Amino acid sequence: MSIVSLSQVSKYYSKLIALDKLDLDITAGEILALLGHNGAGKTTTMKLILGLLRASNGSVKVFGQSPQNNHYFSQQLGYLPENVHFYENLTGKEVLRYFARLKQAKKQQVQALLEQVGLEDAANRRVKTYSKGMRQRLGLAQALLGKPRLLLLDEPTVGLDPLATKDLYMTLDSLRKEGVSIILCSHILPGIERHIDRAVILEHGQLVATGSLEALRQQACLPSSIRVQGNWHSNELQEALRKQAVTVTACNDEEIELQILSERKLEILRYLLNRTDIHNIETHDPMLEELYVYFTRRSMCLPS
Amino acid sequence: MSAILIVALKELQDALRNRWIISITVIFVLFAMGLAYFGTAASGQTGFSPLSTMMVSLASLAIFIIPLIALLLAYDSIIGEEELGTLLLLLTYPLGRWQLLIGKFSGQVISLGIATLLGFSLAGVLILGLAEDITASELIPAFALFIFSAIALGAVFIAIALLISCFVNEKSKAAGFSLFVWFLFVLIFDLALLGLLVATEGGVGAHFFPYLLLCNPTDIFRLLNISGFEASQVQAGLLSVASPELLSTKILVSSLLLWIITPLSIAIWLFERKNV
Repeated sequence: MSIVSLSQVSKYYSKLIALDKLDLDITAGEILALLGHNGAGKTTTMKLILGLLRASNGSVKVFGQSPQNNHYFSQQLGYLPENVHFYENLTGKEVLRYFARLKQAKKQQVQALLEQVGLEDAANRRVKTYSKGMRQRLGLAQALLGKPRLLLLDEPTVGLDPLATKDLYMTLDSLRKEGVSIILCSHILPGIERHIDRAVILEHGQLVATGSLEALRQQACLPSSIRVQGNWHSNELQEALRKQAVTVTACNDEEIELQILSERKLEILRYLLNRTDIHNIETHDPMLEELYVYFTRRSMCLPS
Repeated sequence: MSAILIVALKELQDALRNRWIISITVIFVLFAMGLAYFGTAASGQTGFSPLSTMMVSLASLAIFIIPLIALLLAYDSIIGEEELGTLLLLLTYPLGRWQLLIGKFSGQVISLGIATLLGFSLAGVLILGLAEDITASELIPAFALFIFSAIALGAVFIAIALLISCFVNEKSKAAGFSLFVWFLFVLIFDLALLGLLVATEGGVGAHFFPYLLLCNPTDIFRLLNISGFEASQVQAGLLSVASPELLSTKILVSSLLLWIITPLSIAIWLFERKNV
């Protein structure tokens, strides 16, 4: 069953087209990354799902309901807005207690969440004194109040240090196992690949690509790059590779960089492994960042 | 716990936390005591003035500061949370927009109510203890009416401030509008009414004119508080056009209530339609 379902949804502001006939479905226990430049329609999509905006056209359904009736499901919803701020004069614990009361979450959950996001030491300090990362963690704790079945996180990793980012991703993984659906808006792409089921790339309010990392790679046909380090004094290796129709992009006495489509990757790797003058091989498959750049560039070239 | 109560308690907590309630209470005590003691300084003497004079001075003072305090307390209720970014979050929570607004309104009225009640009761007790010729039996009803109507006046301006907070798109504009409202009701309105009365040489119609006073909540408040005192007729000024027969306490109280309900309803209507 779809937790969120958008069909042919458009949103216009007086002249601007924020979203253009977007179709989107999210099932239970799915993590979806919503990617796009500023103004591509990510936040508009989130606000439509949250019921903060009304679609100009098309239908939006959340838990099978119109999001305008969000009192039916808002208790099962967690939202972390971009650049989250809280009441500066309250302590972290007081802020979280206030939101817990509003969401009718259990009182004990406040302490547990503060510990989970690593704010237990700062819980009794005023939010005024918090760093950006601490505010972000408090925002995250707030989104996890109650027992959410749908989480919408707008730029959740901004301001988080690498450890906290890793903790966040682990939390998301365990929530997914419990069947929570998660929509993640992010600019920071490296690192999220392993934690998402599907990416949706938006550009000018239109969907330009969607699918798992593997599916996107296949659609994009981007080459993998291989770096070979070794010890050779002639360009015999380079010639040999060229003969096998491999693109060599950089080359010196100790290192060769080549690009190869994924279906031929293993074949070339086997050839390289059989050589004795090679010390090290590094392979790099196109990751979300490259795919994102590829799809957004391509959509700019296409006539709309 | 109901959502309205949660929001109201948060407002109250804020007012206690930033020492707002205690500061306003102190201000009220000082002003009331000062007026009670120095109210007759203009006629060359100090000391406690008769209760009727005291009540008129207190009412005049309240008309200046209570609307100002109420507007200051509430002008950024909605726009402030919008600029902070918490409004966006609150609206995704299981609480209706009207509940948020009513919760804020109740919390702020309670905060101002506590300060008014504490401040003026304390002043009343001090006056009773210090002034020799004022008895409890005459002071208590007058002060009770004064405190009750002052809270109602505060509620009117809190409702107006909430309305302003719902339609502006910037906090500074809300502050500007609030100041304008204050000027309008506290200074301009009576002046304009007086001008109208003089310019038309009373031609507006004596039976129609008093009702114009109901268009200004501060005049309603003043009428409520001075109507009980014969001696105050001299100081009533413009208000003397309204005879007690024409504007009964019942009419005054219901007009004041209407002045609370109307801006609040419009505020809810606007807020329900607001895009965030």
